[in-house]
Order: sequence, then C-alpha cells, then structure tokens
Amino acid sequence: MQPFALLLDTLTTTPSRKGKLSLLVDYFRASPDPDRGFALAALTDGLFPRLPLRRSLAVLLETRVDPVLYALSRDYVGDTAETVALMWPEPKLRGEPPRLREVVAAFAKAQPTEVPAILGDFLDRLDVRGRWALLKLIGGAPRVGVSARLAKTALAEMSGHDVSDIEEIWHAIAPPYTDLFRWLEGEGPRPDAGGKPVFRPLMLAHAIEEQDWTTFEPGEFAAEWKWDGIRVQIAAHGGHARIFSRTGDDISRSFPEIVSAFEGLDVLLDGELLVARRGIVAPFNDLQQRLNRKAVTGRMLKDHPAHVRLYDLLIDGSEDLRSLSFRERRVRLEGWYERKRPPLSDISPLVPFATREELDTLWADARDTGIEGLMLKRWTSPYLSGRPRGHWFKWKRAALTLDCVLMYAQRGSGKRSSYYSDYTFGVWRSIEEPQSETSPRGDVYPGHELVPVGKAYSGFTDAELTEIDRFVRNHTTEQFGPVRAVEPRLVLEVAFDAIFRSPRHKSGLAMRFPRIHRIRWDKPAREADTIEAARNLMETPRTDQISGAN
Amino acid sequence: MSAMRSAGIDRWLYPTDRGLYCEPADAYIDPASPVPRALITHGHSDHARPGHGSVLATAETIEVMKVRLGAEAAGRFEATPLGATQSLAGVSVRFVPAGHILGSAQIVLEWNGQRAVISGDYKRSADPTCPPFEPIACDVFVTEATFALPVFHHEPAISEVGRLLASLRRNPDRTHLVGAYGLGKCQRVIRLARDAGYDAPIYLHGALMGTTELYQRLGIPLGEIRAVADTRPADLAGALVLCPPSALADRWSRRFPDPVTAFASGWMRIKGRVRQSGVELPLVISDHADWPELIETVLETGAEDVWVTHGREDALVYELGRRGLNARALALVGFEDEGD
Repeated sequence: MQPFALLLDTLTTTPSRKGKLSLLVDYFRASPDPDRGFALAALTDGLFPRLPLRRSLAVLLETRVDPVLYALSRDYVGDTAETVALMWPEPKLRGEPPRLREVVAAFAKAQPTEVPAILGDFLDRLDVRGRWALLKLIGGAPRVGVSARLAKTALAEMSGHDVSDIEEIWHAIAPPYTDLFRWLEGEGPRPDAGGKPVFRPLMLAHAIEEQDWTTFEPGEFAAEWKWDGIRVQIAAHGGHARIFSRTGDDISRSFPEIVSAFEGLDVLLDGELLVARRGIVAPFNDLQQRLNRKAVTGRMLKDHPAHVRLYDLLIDGSEDLRSLSFRERRVRLEGWYERKRPPLSDISPLVPFATREELDTLWADARDTGIEGLMLKRWTSPYLSGRPRGHWFKWKRAALTLDCVLMYAQRGSGKRSSYYSDYTFGVWRSIEEPQSETSPRGDVYPGHELVPVGKAYSGFTDAELTEIDRFVRNHTTEQFGPVRAVEPRLVLEVAFDAIFRSPRHKSGLAMRFPRIHRIRWDKPAREADTIEAARNLMETPRTDQISGAN
Repeated sequence: MSAMRSAGIDRWLYPTDRGLYCEPADAYIDPASPVPRALITHGHSDHARPGHGSVLATAETIEVMKVRLGAEAAGRFEATPLGATQSLAGVSVRFVPAGHILGSAQIVLEWNGQRAVISGDYKRSADPTCPPFEPIACDVFVTEATFALPVFHHEPAISEVGRLLASLRRNPDRTHLVGAYGLGKCQRVIRLARDAGYDAPIYLHGALMGTTELYQRLGIPLGEIRAVADTRPADLAGALVLCPPSALADRWSRRFPDPVTAFASGWMRIKGRVRQSGVELPLVISDHADWPELIETVLETGAEDVWVTHGREDALVYELGRRGLNARALALVGFEDEGD
C-alpha cells in the first residue's frame, strides 16, 4: 500500500506528463504482482465500484471523530477523503501497514455491513499518506492527474508496445492483469481477446478554426449533423455485444436494450447514443438520466428509451475496414445496415451541400432544428485512432448568452479551495406584491426578485477569478458553510449551449454547458436579463424523425 | 486556578481598535497602529509595526525591528532580557520564550493577583534557531489559532528537510528553489539543512539576506551564505536556493532552468494549498503550533479562560469548550492568519 500511496501522492504534485509517465513506469517496473495490477486497475477503471464508502465513513466517523470538528475541517479542506485521512486519530501503536493485495482481498469478500470495521482497521495501520491513498482508492478513480490512457501509455513505454495494442485487449483482461504484465515484460504471449468484443480507440474531431477554412474545399468533405448524445462504439462478436464510451469505458450495463439489439452480430460500429421517443430525439438531459444509473429499471427503459445513430463501420465480420476511406466505409455501412437492420438504430444521414455558403446556412439553422452543429469529414480519410489533424472537424452551433446577476458563490475544491470560484446566477422575475422598502433586492430593482438559472465555474482567467473572489468577499450578505450570498450587483454574461425546462430549479429552467463569457463590471444589475428573455431561448420540441437516413 | 481568579481580567486587559490594551500599564500588545507604549512579542510585520512612542521587547526582536523597519522605527527601544520581571505602573511584565522565531516571546502580565499570558505566535516543536516555548501557569491565556483544525499535525521538520536533501541528491542538475518566509522560516530551514550534513553554499534571494545576516550576527551559525544576484545562473545547477514564497511565481525565478520548486509551510499539509502554490515539493515545516500542540499548551497553562486570536478560532473555541474551559474568540485587528 505504501509504494502505491507514495506514487499517488507524488503524482499530484508532478506537473509534467513526462514526469508522471516516468513515475508510473518506475512503479510498474519495481512493484510485485499482484499489487501493481491492482494499482493499474485503480488508475484506470477503478477497483471497488460498489463499496458503500460514504455510508461506511459516516459509521466510522461517528465513533472516532467529533462531528463539529469534522464539519469545520471538511469545510476547510474541501475533500472528504483528505479530511478523514488528515484528522484520523492515530492509535498509539500502529500495526503493520497492509499490502495492496491484502486491501483488495479484504474488500472483495466483505459484506456491506463489514466494510466500516475493515476500513477502520486499515486506517489504523496506515500513515497519513497511506490513509489518503486508501480512501481515494475506495472512492473510485483517484484524481491525481492521470487518465486511464496515460496509465496505458506508461505500460506501452515500459514495454515498447504500441498503446493501441494495449487498448485493444484491455476489455478482454481483468485485474490484477498478471498476463498483461507477463506479456509486457516479454515473458508471455499477448493476452488473447478470446472471442470477446473489444474496444478499438476512436477517431476524434478537432473543433474547426479560422485557418482551417482558408484551405477548405467543399468537394473534399462530407457533412453530417452533430447529434446531441454521447459518442459510443458498439462491439459485437461471438454472441456478445458491448457498448464503449469514447474513452473506452464499458457502459453496456446501463443500456441493456441496445446490447440485445446487437447481440449475435459480428461488427464494430461507431455511433451516437441518444434517447428517442416515438421517433423524436429527446434533449440531452433525458440521456443523462440513463447515464447516471448503474441499474436500469423497467420504467427507465420505457420512459427513456435508448437509440443508436450510426456514423461508421470499422470492422465487418473478420474484415477490418479502418484503412479504407470514409467514402468507402460509408458505402459499406449503408450496405451493412440494409442487410442487418438491428432494432433501435438507424444511420446518421449525410447532409448534402455544394458550397461554403450552403454550409453556413445549414450551420446557422442548426439551433432551430435542435441539433448541436455539423461534422465535416474528409472523404479520403482512413479511420485513425486518436485526434489526427486535418481529417475530421466539428463545428458547434453558436452559443446563447444571457446577462445574469451573481447570487451565490461557493469555494472551489482542489486548486481553488481558497477561492470563491463556483457561481450561481439568476435573472429577474417580477413579484406580484412589491416587497417592503427594506427588502435588499428592492433597492436594486424594485418589484423584482432574482431566480437562479444556472451555475458555472469556468470561462474566466486566473486574474478574473481573483477579482471575482475579492468582489464576493467584499459584498457578502450571508454565509452558509462554503457558500456566500452576495449583494445583487455583479452582472455576468453567461454563455451556454441550451436552456431547458427543469422542475428542480426555482426558475423552472436549467442551462447546458454554462460558462462565464464576460464579467460586466460596467453593467448595472437591474439591466440584466429577465426570466421572459431566458424562456424565449428555450428550444421548441423537436420534430425530426428517427429514420432520417431512409 | 479557579474561574473566580480570572473573573474581571477583561476590566484591565481588553481588545481595542488598536489592539490588545493593558489599561493600568497604559500599554498595547502588538498594536495595529502607532501607540505611545507598545509591548512587542516578536518581529513579524503584523506584530511589530513602526511608529510607536516606545517599544518594550527582547533584544533580538528590537534588532529585527531595526533591520526591517529602520533604527528610527520607534521613539525609544527598551530591551528586556527573557525571564526578567519589571514593573509598568504597578503591572508586572515578564517576557518568556515562545519558540516561534529568534527573539519571540510570550508576555506575562500580572496585576492585582491576576496573571495573563499573551503568547503571540508560538510552537512547541524543536527549532535550533530559538529557545523553546516555556509554559507559564496563568488565569488567562491568549493563544493564536493559525493551524487550529484537527487536520493540522505537522511532520517533524527535520524529516521534511531530509526529503529536500534527498531530492537534491536525486536531481543533481536541478536548482532547488525553496519558498520560505524571510524571518524565521528561512533561517530554520538553513540551520536544519546544516544539521543534516548539507555543507555546500546556500544561495539567497536578496530579500532574505538582511535577516539571515542578522541571525548570524546574533550567534546562529548558518554556514556559507551567498546572494543569488552575485552568482551566474549556470553555477546554480543543483544548488539550494531560498526565496520569499511570492518569488516562486515571479519573473525572478525564470533565471533558473528547470528548477524543482518547494514551499516550506504548515499549509503544505493540505493538498488544495499545494496545488494552489503549484510547487513540486511541498515541505510541511511550520513555525506555528499544530492542533495537538495548541490543545496541549492551553491545558498545560492551567488557564480557565482562553482568548483565541487570529486564525481558525471556531474549532479551537469549540474544542476547549468541550473540555470545560471558558474559551472565546478575541477579534483583534491587524493580524494575518495566513503567514507561515
């Protein structure tokens, strides 16, 4: 456990990718099996997906830590695992620290009710760094600035293999990855996917930039709509089907109906996962409901039915098509779909255009048709893993903006734990009965109150963060733990992708991808936007039919 | 001592908008603005300010004030030896070691059979650059609260310096740039490095030279010290360089190619603070008491009334209350609760 704790701790303060890679390579080389394999699992897919950490900590803290001191400490530190690790009362005599494999073995066979006692025992045997690492480990993916891909890149570096060779077998192997390490160290064969469907790294697009347009030739590109779901890869092989997210996470469990639709086929497809009802694509928010659930209920399946819109065909049976051009693959995709027609799927239609002007018009209308933007794909491009330059471009629809008033600010976590960096902002709504003269908001805009419409913590520079932080501290009206209410004085121009109805918010509205576009120090708060203006930006329900391709 | 004995101390010792005031002695302790008579616990700038009519402090603190604020910083400087008692209009005044930095002292005030100890900033862990904190039995103890949360438990400073020296050995070509406060922390880090066997020259940012030379003059041996400004950057590969924390992110630090940046501070216990500082090598070295030290110290003094000044008062007031003491937060102007 300690070498792993030291690795995690050092990773958090190592800024460069190169430095991180060298730490990872050193760790994987020096650590024994099975500990290093469990460490690898922790850095990639997570080790203990279903441990009741929150509940267990609550049980443990009740007997070991004063609740008031815990609350003050948690508020200051900004992170539960770190707070517990730091304030854990150390026993007079600390036992032998556990190895990672002992930790894994103990939790693997633990009943949920036994978890607190086991955890307490390990915490007693570890120093502060070890306690922190253990809690991060149990809490899921430890955020130490290492992506799953970086961990796999370290494996590639230690072995001389290509990282995509590792990614391709990744879903066929399991912790503690003993076979994988044997292969990486030249002492065993490459682990065999054994007939299981595996993930192939996706091809990703660049956001189109001004200079890309200077060399843009309409005849060289196909256009498609950019659908507002999540990018997935469907892998079907040997009677099984799997759905992988763009980062290679296996999300099959959340979408059993899609898995069933592709089982029995032998194919690798690229597409967009959507929620669609009676042929109408639902807002992204609906898909979000499905993504957050690990277990899927019948009601979920009925109310939020999933659908896949196919973009590309990578492998057909035993034939790898990835080196073919997009034009050839498109023909193969259409032919394949014509023959197989799996349920709950269709093909994303190509959008015909002849000139840049036509393309501009299509893009400008994207918002009206409820589409996220356009994709431009070079007809001659092969399917290349990663984000190669010059092949695929995404052209997102223009953002919407509203002038909102800052209402609450919350201290950030991590790097920003001493800054008020998360902002809740609102727009004006008239109140039926004017408040008395003493109403604080009445001063700014009599007869109106602010209702929150969103929350954002990005879009500003470090210098602007410092200025807003100062504003918040100087204009606080009330404080609740890490949150401060502020005088309604500062106007934030908020950019966002969409605004939709949400019963969870007082305003009845919620934003998608809100970020602070500009800070309007100059603008009087009463001139900020109203709830009517915000409602006018809502999309009308979509009418585009599911089977656009046919 | 009984609660009765501390009753009413706040009639002769109380906070004002210029700082803590002892009425019968007509003296302010570490005042925030100029006063006719000031008693100064130690030389940090939020405690020792210029412009007072007269200053009573330890000889070392007076030297620090003269170096940092100028020889004319007070109308009159009066040095008092540690442990010696003197009388100010019938109030007995005694300075005893606080273990914070060189010259730092607690101020013991006695009047009408009541005793108050104003500890200033203090710590209990070993520091080779100043005499250790001396607990004094009292009725009212005035304590700082810079690190008053149970998450603060400072590692032994010597092992943190050990990590710094290990990093120097591992990266013999990289300058190690350590941010450290210029009065106290800087000299403690140097002295600890010497104690751990590091005998190469140590290089300093210009802002740290004055106080470091003063420490040497006052009898703290720090080995060979050189100014960064007098050295070619190429000669600093693999060298140990100390600078004010602000200089780490300053253009000044660009002269060092690929440095390992470090920050010696009690705040480095918190990962959020480490990330915020952006340093690669956080060193948990503090000149303030950590949570166990604060509680232990308060209990040792036997005081039944505890006044908590700058820092995280809530937690300490709560914890002392839980232990049956009368603790309250004293809102004093002018102190920084962040410096370490």
